[in-house]
Amino acid sequence: MDEKLKVELGKQGIFTTTLQELYNWGRKNSLWPLNFGLACCAIEMIATTMARYDLARFGAEVFRPSPRQADLMIVAGTITKKMAPQVVRLYNQMAEPKYVISMGACAISGGPFKQGYNVLKGIDRYIPVDVHIPGCPPRPEALIDAFITLQKQIDEQQLTGIGRPRHLDPDAPSEFIVPQFGAHDLEPPQNPDVWHPPLVNISLAGKNESGND
Amino acid sequence: MNLETIKSEIEANVPGCRLEIVPNNSPSGQHSLLIDHEHALFVASFLRDAAHLRFDYCSNVTGIDWPGKEITEKVKIKKILDGVEQEVEEIQKTQSAGHLEAVYHLYSMEKKHGPVILRMRTEDRAVRIHLPSLTPIWRSAEFQEREIFDLYGIVFDGHPDLRRILMWDGFEDHPMRRDYVEPDDYEYEPTPHDAVLQKAKQHLNETGGR
Repeated sequence: MDEKLKVELGKQGIFTTTLQELYNWGRKNSLWPLNFGLACCAIEMIATTMARYDLARFGAEVFRPSPRQADLMIVAGTITKKMAPQVVRLYNQMAEPKYVISMGACAISGGPFKQGYNVLKGIDRYIPVDVHIPGCPPRPEALIDAFITLQKQIDEQQLTGIGRPRHLDPDAPSEFIVPQFGAHDLEPPQNPDVWHPPLVNISLAGKNESGND
Repeated sequence: MNLETIKSEIEANVPGCRLEIVPNNSPSGQHSLLIDHEHALFVASFLRDAAHLRFDYCSNVTGIDWPGKEITEKVKIKKILDGVEQEVEEIQKTQSAGHLEAVYHLYSMEKKHGPVILRMRTEDRAVRIHLPSLTPIWRSAEFQEREIFDLYGIVFDGHPDLRRILMWDGFEDHPMRRDYVEPDDYEYEPTPHDAVLQKAKQHLNETGGR
């Protein structure tokens, strides 16, 4: 519908919309996060929900203690290899539509503990992540920014066609492999359906295409 | 509180115990006391209960891995050379087994002195890896002995609940040992250095730059 006509009709007291707009508007303004934290990032996440930053302004009113009632998983903190299966299982137990914010350096890549023997090198090895927030820990403003970014992503989704959200696509997976404790590492160490590591030419790292600094 | 006097007091009160002072030549001069397995519990309870010592607080228990070293020795051997018996010097190389070590830091809350540092050593790193647990004497050692069991693989006999504490039950390695090989899940690092640089180069060779 023509945007000018829509505004003009609005002035005349006639409200026009599409089902898609209504649907996305409803989803993006009632994102209920799952009430769990893994490490120090969780403290910033808690601060974000408190009176000073007040995440409730954006519709994240209630942190749900049950994955069945939550829409958004904020992976806030270091994921140890011992904790990773539980995080994936919680994600699998959430009902569609569901979204993931990977909060902080550890949840993105393992952060300062990346070279450790007991830390998972990023939750995106096992579950699809919608928004990554760098920082150690990210400030509440960063989390709010990620939240608004996610809302924009939801708002732009088409309900039909190739780019439609996962929960409207019967072929798209809703559950992902829960890693098992192996003798030396998690089995499997990553889910190849989800994780596509960037291929980087190491010999050119930090240089431009022609190999100069 | 002098470690020499403590040592002679222990020797007087715990008959048959074998003690050895492990000197620390750094400026801190924190010498430690190496105790044997059989008398460890008696030495520990003496340190805790003796009225003028009263080491009632074990603040820290940690492990150390001492991998085996190659020892080169010059040995004189009699050999028959050109029909004449001669004495020849030869260099012999032997491999020492190495050992694992548990270190206890003791303080006295009551007498306000310390630390006294106790050490215990296993006989090797593979099979004879048992040490007596000092958890019955100092309860605070419980979790830290479990951690040493988990990360170094020392088995503490007499520990009330010896399970892995950081890694999961099915895990087989001991990550803090120096010969631990971590699973190869290398991914690109923008600023690799030291061990990570080695890994990056290795992957560069394997994948031909991609």
